[in-house]
Amino acid sequence: MSRFSIFSLARNAMSWHQNWPRQWRSPNPKPEYDVVIIGAGGHGLATAYYLAKEHGITNVAVIEKGWLGGGNTGRNTTIVRSNYLWDESGLFYENAMKLWENLSIELNYNVMFSQRGVMNLAHNLGDVRESVRRVNANNLNGIDAEWLNAEQVKEFCPIINISKDSRYPVMGATLQRRGGTARHDAVAWGYARGADEMGVDVIQNCEVQGMMIENGVVKGVRTSLGDIKAKKVAMACAGHTSVVADMAGIRLPIESHPLQALVSEPMKPVLDCVVMSNAVHVYVSQSDKGELVMGAGIDSYVGYSQRGSLHVIEDQLASAMELFPLFSRTRMMRSWGGIVDTCPDASPVIGKTPVKNLYVNAGWGTGGFKATPGAGWCYAHTIAKDEPHDLNAAFSIDRFISGALVDEHGAAGVAH
Amino acid sequence: MLYIKCPFCGDRDETEYHYGGEAHIARPENPDELTDAEWAEYVFMRTNTKGVHRERWVHSDGCRRWFNVARNTVTNEIVSVYKTGEKPDLPEASTSKPAPAKKTSAKKKEGA
Repeated sequence: MSRFSIFSLARNAMSWHQNWPRQWRSPNPKPEYDVVIIGAGGHGLATAYYLAKEHGITNVAVIEKGWLGGGNTGRNTTIVRSNYLWDESGLFYENAMKLWENLSIELNYNVMFSQRGVMNLAHNLGDVRESVRRVNANNLNGIDAEWLNAEQVKEFCPIINISKDSRYPVMGATLQRRGGTARHDAVAWGYARGADEMGVDVIQNCEVQGMMIENGVVKGVRTSLGDIKAKKVAMACAGHTSVVADMAGIRLPIESHPLQALVSEPMKPVLDCVVMSNAVHVYVSQSDKGELVMGAGIDSYVGYSQRGSLHVIEDQLASAMELFPLFSRTRMMRSWGGIVDTCPDASPVIGKTPVKNLYVNAGWGTGGFKATPGAGWCYAHTIAKDEPHDLNAAFSIDRFISGALVDEHGAAGVAH
Repeated sequence: MLYIKCPFCGDRDETEYHYGGEAHIARPENPDELTDAEWAEYVFMRTNTKGVHRERWVHSDGCRRWFNVARNTVTNEIVSVYKTGEKPDLPEASTSKPAPAKKTSAKKKEGA
């Protein structure tokens, strides 16, 4: 595999960029693997990458029913931050953040990680108290976080409306300066390329249709390309986790909902940070192409349709208008939906399942993208060692039986 | 937007309703005897059906009554609407799960 550099760029310019090699193979499945990962989104590919890199397990297949990165990896609003309230989540997401900060160099692939700062707005006294508490909790965990009052918010993001006449005036915000955005597709592509180089097979258009389980031990998967034996099987299939887990007879506390996002027509740079508001409920950033990228809450009902109801988008644009009146004539260009797997406590499930050698990584709800490197890193550890890393030990399925929930509804950014 | 037929008021927009989650989950009759795992099953575990899903809705901006809807979670087709306490069989044709490959590819194009 050729490394990307200024020299390879110059060399390939000589041939009009016609001779770049393919970045990963399209292999046929082998009859057996050490680990089969279901789902070639960011999480599945990152898991494969760290299995190979950190644990030396390279006889790995990542199988995907559609195309690589074509699910929620390609549908999210690309926000990265680690300002979660509880120790378990804060430390987990901070580990992911540290991996993000070095990811482009690590993968020799520009994931366009831009630490432009993420503001979470507060619109009432309850918000303010909760936000300041979260800033303090973050600081205790070594995560950068600041509290800004309304004037400081305006200073950080001049186009925001902090008028006291608003229905829900901005009273302040938390700011994580290390937060920002990344190029979602590049994350999947970079991990796929890196994993492929170490011998991992990324197999697209291969749908899992059943599990081979004997005496409570998983032996492989039945796919549209035939049976594949595996010593270990790891699910990383987001919105379809319940469907795949059902093949193994496992019930999960997860419900899948449509989550919509949309982008505007491209504009000149106007918004150089990420603004999120739980109370009026919208989150906005501007992509490098100039489009405003916006998202908000999930559709209330369980759904697998990858589209949602219009009134949800209307609410979210009304919120955007309240915060940014100057967007009033901006035309929206595209909207789409992804299927997000929500957990009752707004925290994920990463760990073992009741079936031996079968693992689950799911329940990321609306915030899985930011976790991609960290989730892959911890999940790879869990699979390789057959026990969770300290960072994801709290996120087992058992917490729904023990009651040790990790309630992150306040920090999750999207109500569900 | 869904268009839901309230069994008491007739067809109305989704915005008049609120969603109430999976239907037919009865509160355990013997709560003192339940293990933690059985409580978890009742409180947290859900079928999350891909296909026809029986769910509760409340007509919150109308008659404010609860009722049940059987809806295909892939196509959003509403197969049946019925009152709380009832659980009618669903028409055969609609209960069969949609062919996953065909449906997903069609939907992906829409979303892309």
